[in-house]
Amino acid sequence: MDSDWMNAPHSTGTSIMAAEFNGGVVIGADTRTTTGAYIANRVTDKLTKVTDHIYCCRSGSAADTQAIADIVSYHLGFHGMELGEEPLVETSAAVFQELCYNYRDSLMAGILVAGWDKRKGGQIYSIPIGGMCVRQNVSIGGSGSSYVYGYVDANYKPGMSKEACVDFVTKTLALAMSRDGSSGGCIRIGVITKDGIERKVILGSAVPKFYED
Amino acid sequence: MTSILCPEIPNAGFSFENCKRNTLLQSKGLSLPKATKTGTTIVGIQIKDGIVLGADTRATEDTTVADKNCEKIHYIAPNIYCCGAGTAADTEMSTQMISSQLALHSLYTNRQVRVCTANMMLKQYLFRYQGYIGAALILGGVDSTGPHLYQIYPHGSTDKLPFTTMGSGSLAAMAVFESRWKPDMEETEGIQLVRDAIAAGIFNDLGSGSNVDICVIRKSGVDYKRTYEEANKKGTRQNSYRYPRGATAVLSTKIQNIEIETTVQHIEPMDTA
Repeated sequence: MDSDWMNAPHSTGTSIMAAEFNGGVVIGADTRTTTGAYIANRVTDKLTKVTDHIYCCRSGSAADTQAIADIVSYHLGFHGMELGEEPLVETSAAVFQELCYNYRDSLMAGILVAGWDKRKGGQIYSIPIGGMCVRQNVSIGGSGSSYVYGYVDANYKPGMSKEACVDFVTKTLALAMSRDGSSGGCIRIGVITKDGIERKVILGSAVPKFYED
Repeated sequence: MTSILCPEIPNAGFSFENCKRNTLLQSKGLSLPKATKTGTTIVGIQIKDGIVLGADTRATEDTTVADKNCEKIHYIAPNIYCCGAGTAADTEMSTQMISSQLALHSLYTNRQVRVCTANMMLKQYLFRYQGYIGAALILGGVDSTGPHLYQIYPHGSTDKLPFTTMGSGSLAAMAVFESRWKPDMEETEGIQLVRDAIAAGIFNDLGSGSNVDICVIRKSGVDYKRTYEEANKKGTRQNSYRYPRGATAVLSTKIQNIEIETTVQHIEPMDTA
């Protein structure tokens, strides 16, 4: 009676991305959540808030990444109050990394931490499955990312304008989503600058198209 | 050395002595008993200023129907209800436990509890048990910030959605929502849509069946429509199929006397003087 997909762990076979530009970072993700072959949610929000200026892009098990994001958000909320100012992106990444590394045997989580702080401006930290943490100017993640490494390497330029960076992230995600079966739906974009986040959604019908036969 | 006066103190903690025996029995083809699962269709939608939850009423044990009219819409708080699919015992106990914690929380804070609080408590509880608590839930309610609807998976992941379905009949029900749901529906329209989604589950999914339960939650109050509709009403017979007396012809008659021996025994009353 109960099919396998009902008990299959719920995961975000995903395409996620973050890129630095002059003044901040652009983050982006597709909106598909799958349980086996079934799309459990076609309008998921994988860009999760940690603090006002720090967001994370989640990939891997939905349950694991949501739990981690909630815990980090709790810790940084507390830390921010003790500090009397906004936590650093670096600090946030360190908390994420600690959880991902200590519980590496029981977690399935690939996270990109992105945000803005007044010490180092826009920053991106990639925390892949084993619990490593590395800063990058541009980073991609999730199952869809393997299709677009070449595109990112060929087209990313440091110090782009905001508009150019948003366009670059949108196009990269569109390419990843078109080749990866477990990514798709809409594209969610977030632009984090000193003024906070500016969010937008590109509907499935408005996702840019490339060569299609 | 044990005696009645000095009994051996048993070891503390869990006893796993039956595990070895159970695996042996299992390897010899004796399968373990299965938990009752609510092979289910449960749904929820957001309407104008409210939430409509719906569920079928069939509970199954493997292929047999264990309960033809069970309740799958559980109470959480006066303004929050929750549909449960998966292992029946788990959905029942987890909703009861969160309900009790929220009742205390409401008393402590002297406020109506929020739906996001119930969602957070349920997801953290389910995540702690790593999917072993087989409860797939649809949580809906109205609070000071408006109507909210959440979908909660057994592993502890949650989604906030305007319309959602779960259980084995979720595909059939989702097909109805995907074609007909729209924002800000009126109550009657919303109830009809939820009825149709549950009916799609009842008729197209073997794990779902019997009746439709509906629960409407609004700021003004809750309207729990237990057995909103009997989806499979038993048909009434058009005629009486009873044979009239004497419809069978008597071909022959033979009467045989039975000899009965009787003995009469008199019982004297007990002497109570």
